[in-house]
Amino acid sequence: MSTGVETSPGVARDAGPTAEEPVLEVRNLSVDYGFGDDPTHVLREVSLTLRRGEVLGLAGESGCGKSTLAYAATRLLPPPGLITGGEVWLTGRDGERADLLALSDAELRAARWRDIAIVFQGAMSSLNPVFRVEKQLIDGILAHRPRMGRAEARERAAELLRLVGISADRLRAYPHQLSGGMRQRVMIAMALALEPQVLIMDEPTTALDVVMQRQILEQVMELRERLGFSVVLITHDVSLLVEVADRIAVMYAGEIVETAPARDVYQRPRHPYSAGLLGSFPPLHGPRRELAGIPGAPPDLSQREPGCPFAPRCPHVMDVCRTELPVLGRTAQAEEARLVACHLHTSLSAGEKLPDLVAR
Amino acid sequence: MRFLLRRVVFYALTAWAAITINFFIPRMLPGDPVTALLGRMQGRIDSNAEHSLRVLFGLDQDTSMWQQYLDYWGLLLRGDLGLSFTHFPTPVADIVSQSLPWTVGLVGVATIIAFVIGSLIGTFLGWRRGTWADGLLPVATFFQAVPYFWLGLITIAVLSVNLGWFPSSGSYDRGLVPAFSGEFIGSVVYYGFLPALTVVLSSVAGWVLGMRNMMVTVSSEDYVTVAHAKGLPERQVMLGYAARNAVLPQVSSFALSLGFVVGGTLIMEMVFSYQGIGYTLYQAVSTHDYPLMQGCFLVITLSVLVANMVADLAYALLDPRTRTEDR
Ligand SMILES: Nc1ncnc2c1ncn2[C@@H]1O[C@H](COP(=O)(O)OP(=O)(O)OP(=O)(O)O)[C@@H](O)[C@H]1O
Ligand code: SF4
Ligand SMILES: [Mg+2]
Repeated sequence: MSTGVETSPGVARDAGPTAEEPVLEVRNLSVDYGFGDDPTHVLREVSLTLRRGEVLGLAGESGCGKSTLAYAATRLLPPPGLITGGEVWLTGRDGERADLLALSDAELRAARWRDIAIVFQGAMSSLNPVFRVEKQLIDGILAHRPRMGRAEARERAAELLRLVGISADRLRAYPHQLSGGMRQRVMIAMALALEPQVLIMDEPTTALDVVMQRQILEQVMELRERLGFSVVLITHDVSLLVEVADRIAVMYAGEIVETAPARDVYQRPRHPYSAGLLGSFPPLHGPRRELAGIPGAPPDLSQREPGCPFAPRCPHVMDVCRTELPVLGRTAQAEEARLVACHLHTSLSAGEKLPDLVAR
Repeated sequence: MRFLLRRVVFYALTAWAAITINFFIPRMLPGDPVTALLGRMQGRIDSNAEHSLRVLFGLDQDTSMWQQYLDYWGLLLRGDLGLSFTHFPTPVADIVSQSLPWTVGLVGVATIIAFVIGSLIGTFLGWRRGTWADGLLPVATFFQAVPYFWLGLITIAVLSVNLGWFPSSGSYDRGLVPAFSGEFIGSVVYYGFLPALTVVLSSVAGWVLGMRNMMVTVSSEDYVTVAHAKGLPERQVMLGYAARNAVLPQVSSFALSLGFVVGGTLIMEMVFSYQGIGYTLYQAVSTHDYPLMQGCFLVITLSVLVANMVADLAYALLDPRTRTEDR
């Protein structure tokens, strides 16, 4: 079998919303932690679209619910997490669409790894310490292709390792005999074993040093060009996303607050939180701005206040922000490819001007 | 390989220490009951056997300590543990080697059964945590809390005295001649059923609870989530990933409990008058049969050691991390 899968032709970077069909569509996904009378609503009606061939970056401070979103969308959320509503539509290779959350157990099992693979945040502990790398690569392949022989599966496993730049003789290694970077690459190789359409990577490189981080991400992006899968890349490092992502979704307190092409988010953030988040990281090019950071801390999700969750930290907070929850919608500039959840863009009367921060 | 060598050396040293302590203990006891007993036996004991006993019990004060120690090792290596006083003149080695297989057979098999059943139930309960399966936990805790002798007496009272289904004591039908025949083996199994049942009942709960707790811990490990994410069948995730790792600490305690099979069956063998090593030790203690006591202790010590070694090796086989030098 060849690793060459149809590379979607004509995927323009920063493509507008109509450029390609969605391959993964999360709609109004809500997640609670805790079963009791007073569960913590961690995700509130999160909607997100990943188009074919696209790299979607998901950014946000620690604890905003990025991992929760990844687990929920793949139905891997451990208790006490509970999906309380929403849909996750996945478009199969044949063009058929299915709601992952509505699949039967057997259908779900078949779709996992074949259509949607995930590299977890704890990639260091993602490999079973008592099995050789080989076995862990092979059992996933054989679970989906029972008619493939062991020898063929082993051949495929070797090929996968070479794909991520590890020599095939490491197949016989146990996880503890590999370096952190190698384990991470093995996880990526494992995720690509069945040529999934969607690869979700949750902070895939946080445990590694900067050089290794770049190397691995570059490699994934290169493989993406070759194999044609789509990527959801989760990280709190926005500057990294600006480089590799086509679009960025910014998350705050369990909600998406802004989504737009990567370059637009970077150059002209429209949500005060995005602007603050970008201010927390040094700019990639051009004159160095002063690092502003965001004063204050993210809200405690178990004690939600009404209104905009960012209100206590927002430099432009208005009265309406404290009472009404802003929903994702068009910007005041009515940009094509951008959605934002902020009252600044909807509640200003005709005469008022947007603050500079979000009006550039 | 170096790992293996290191372990073997370690156990050889421990065995040497245990045997050496066994040599010194009688020498440090105040007074000596053995001289008196030897005196009573005078005339009936031949000089060779008397020499063995003197060496074993430190009564050969006319030679140097070093010479005594060498003699002692010489006797052990020849399998000479002296003569039993109560079963005079049967060699202690014979008595021990006759009773040991009964204990190892009965309690060993019962322990293995308890371990397998308990670990399977624990695997299931841990996998289904947070469901109705948790309702079974108090039952397990109850069985773990019940004292063994009480369980044994209740079992005898109900299944043997009241219902008359099983004999209440002994290890085979005395009317039969021990032989490798179906009839004799059937009788051994029949007589052994009740004691084995009590051993299983009293120890299975520990395996259930231990395995269940480990399953709960391991189930939240990232590699188990990955196994789910890969779309592996649930049974494969449960057994191949979760249980495979959860069983590791169980294996260590299992081998340790095998070590206690020999020493720990005293109560069972007393309750059921079962002719194992525990019963033998009990008799030796109550009749002041010092050579037999010493022989039993030596066997018990060595069996705990062997079990420890097996535990170590089994663990190393199951967990590749222990086999590397740097961890
Ligand atoms: N098992 C749990 N029980 C209760 N609350 C939880 C649990 N797991 C996560 N949470 C809460 O859910 C929120 C989102 O957690 P999540 O792990 O998704 O954040 P994250 O954005 O991935 O953060 P990070 O960048 O640190 O990985 C956090 O506020 C956390 O407190
Ligand atoms: S809605 Fe109000 S508080 Fe929230 S980000 Fe916009 S301006 Fe700030
Ligand atoms: Mg996370």
